[in-house]
Amino acid sequence: MTTMKYLAFPLFFLLLSCGESVTPVDSGLENQIFHFGNGTEPQGLDPHIVTGVPENHLLTALCEGLTIYNPKGGPPLPGVAESWDISPDGLIYTFKLNKDAKWSNGDPVTADDFVWSWKRILTASLGSQYPDMLYYVKNAESYHLGEIDDFSKVGVKAIDDSTLEVELRSPTSFFIKLLHHYSTYPVHKETVLKFGPIDDRYGEWTRPGNFVCNGPFQLRSWELNKKIVVERNPFYWDADEVKLNEMHFYPVQNESTEDRMFRAGQLHVTNVVPLEKCPVYIEENNPNLRIEPYMGTYFYRTNTTIDALKDKRVRKALAFAINRKQVVERVSKCGQQPAYSFTPPGSDGYFPETSIPFDPDLAKTLLSEAGYPSGKGFPKLEILFNTQEGHRKIALAIQQMWQENLGIEVELVNQDWKVYLSRERVGDFQISRAGWIGDYEDPNTFLDTLRPNRGNNKTGWENPKYDELLSLANRTIDRDKRYEILNEAEKLLIDEMPIIPIYTYVRQYQLSSDVKGWYPNFQDIHHPKYIYLERD
Amino acid sequence: MLQILLKRLLIAIPVILIVITITFFLIRMAPGGPFDAEKAVPPEVLKSLNERYNLDAPVIVQYKDYMLNLLQGDFGPSFRYPSRSVTEMIFTGMPVTFELAFYAILVALIIGIFAGVLAAVKRNTALDYIPMTIAMIGICMPTFLLGPLLVLFFGIHLELLPVSGWDTLPGDKILPSITLGAAYAAYIARLSRGGMLETLNQDYVRTARAKGLSEFNVVFNHAMRGGLIPVLSFLGPAVAGLIGGSFVVETIFQIPGLGRFYVEAAFNRDYTMILGTTIFFSVLIIFFNLLSDLAVLIANPQSRSSQ
Repeated sequence: MTTMKYLAFPLFFLLLSCGESVTPVDSGLENQIFHFGNGTEPQGLDPHIVTGVPENHLLTALCEGLTIYNPKGGPPLPGVAESWDISPDGLIYTFKLNKDAKWSNGDPVTADDFVWSWKRILTASLGSQYPDMLYYVKNAESYHLGEIDDFSKVGVKAIDDSTLEVELRSPTSFFIKLLHHYSTYPVHKETVLKFGPIDDRYGEWTRPGNFVCNGPFQLRSWELNKKIVVERNPFYWDADEVKLNEMHFYPVQNESTEDRMFRAGQLHVTNVVPLEKCPVYIEENNPNLRIEPYMGTYFYRTNTTIDALKDKRVRKALAFAINRKQVVERVSKCGQQPAYSFTPPGSDGYFPETSIPFDPDLAKTLLSEAGYPSGKGFPKLEILFNTQEGHRKIALAIQQMWQENLGIEVELVNQDWKVYLSRERVGDFQISRAGWIGDYEDPNTFLDTLRPNRGNNKTGWENPKYDELLSLANRTIDRDKRYEILNEAEKLLIDEMPIIPIYTYVRQYQLSSDVKGWYPNFQDIHHPKYIYLERD
Repeated sequence: MLQILLKRLLIAIPVILIVITITFFLIRMAPGGPFDAEKAVPPEVLKSLNERYNLDAPVIVQYKDYMLNLLQGDFGPSFRYPSRSVTEMIFTGMPVTFELAFYAILVALIIGIFAGVLAAVKRNTALDYIPMTIAMIGICMPTFLLGPLLVLFFGIHLELLPVSGWDTLPGDKILPSITLGAAYAAYIARLSRGGMLETLNQDYVRTARAKGLSEFNVVFNHAMRGGLIPVLSFLGPAVAGLIGGSFVVETIFQIPGLGRFYVEAAFNRDYTMILGTTIFFSVLIIFFNLLSDLAVLIANPQSRSSQ
């Protein structure tokens, strides 16, 4: 027993010395320091190189494009551009830049900065994965593909230091909504060139101490896999609006760890809620739990080049045999909404008028019309998904529904993420799980992916009428007319069913009640200049 | 002894070469490439990326180029994190992983040897059965269970210790060190009990007792030197295992160590990072095994003669 006593005392004091400490959330309240669960370690901070949501969170704090996303929804708010004019034919956009807009080193942000930055992202050797965001600009695509060498032919010009003129290749009603995306952000030319050529990917310029950008915050420190700290940028044109002093971004990949960090007061906001915790928190009425509509669709791709799936009646039979309500209520169980269209309803006022009934009898009839009465003679169907418990549960439910309602045999195949992606890329699948999150708030970000020759189509489905409708819609300036055309395209898509929508995503995360100025929105973009901390 | 050392070092070179070669070709055989992403990468972008990272060259040329760069100490850039070199990432994660492993081995040694020696000296009493039962549970309990349990109890329930982090909040190193060290403590306890039991029955220990030395003196000055040799030879692989196997603990506690880089690199098909970390870990494992063999040689005259 004496030995136990000897052990117990130091342990007790050790614990005591560590206890009673103030949590980061408590101290953050006093110092306006926001602790942010940011998912994964960002690939980098070069807005023209990176892709991904964690990178977006950081870049929204560090840089600013011509416009910023309206946190309360609605039209974009002025960013570097204080106002803009659109010519009546919808082709010429003239942006008046804010004369107070400055880089974090005090240099003014000029129209030339945008011209050079857009040239950079369109430089093929840079290897940016988002140049297509600017393909709507006249000759941008040709320049990127090397068809023309002269950048002055691309439709972006600096009229003077504070006037930027952009000419589009055809009227694009959603163009203005692309301009808060990080791929269109300006970068500080002198800083980039100080550390390498225009197509330098290694981004020495993005390191703390070197990094110069024009957002409400500036980079203070970056510890790999630990945290990134950003602090107020005194040169930001709207610095008076910024209330937070610092933001700490933690790359917490493990959902359970993140949940524990939130519970222990180490985070103000989490990236996600662990799958198994979501229904529990809903049941407990956890006040920190947030479930908000999100512009994303969970769906199954069909490989329409495969004999059994070539017939649209088969694809429709598969879609009609899924009880979506049951999937969201009994399987995913975290507030998701059944999806009856590809575009989530409400994307900037667009409401698809499609429906996908749950009708096993109709499904059976369609399947037998296609030559498979009661599923007889139908080959074994494989559902491919990337290894994750949530996907497996949904695939299991759908496997059962298809077996029961259609009498067909279904096999589940789960693969490591990269294997799954490469199988999808080369078309080595029958049915594959997929998800699509909109890049900007417009139906086009969804419907465009299924046009022919789009890399993200992956279904082998091509329909000239669909293509024509989308191209017509994009040329149409009047919003109501445009949405009518898009609705027609969406109906065609759902009638052909190359993809089978399952549910509309929601964003589920935990948010401390101290956080104010945080508004739920469809794109889950929370501009940090409006956020502040206050305890009720 | 110098001869043994040289011999072992010479054997190490082909071993590392084989490891590099196998890893190099294996990762390239795995389906999916470093630039596969959910949002499909346009073919022209993929082409420019492949050119930049020399992935458009035949594999054998890539191998030759990689080996030549390696000779100059260049592990190449990470594919996943374009602004980082592999060397930089290894040297960022390494000190953290080493520190974690050091504390863990300290925890393992203190608890393990104490429990093992106590159990051997008080053989067949409660002081033998209880620590050994706990040790058995310790061996069986995986870190991914023990870690969250400790966090829930000390971090969330008692609010005594931070639940995650490394050098971020005071006391945040305690729980990860205990979690990682626990399984090894259990092994060490069993090994030192076994070793001590054997030594305590040796003639020289009996002689020491017969000469009237105190029990403390007998155990600590005479029996322990021989009794802990199994622990010593276990330490080499254990340290290597701790460093290489810290991934789970690093994930649970959000520690920016090398283990996380290693596993994430494999998932991301970050070829250069996988190779860099594999080479680094192989060198470490070889080094620690050598070190523990040398320690055994010094501590145990018997093994010296048998060599």
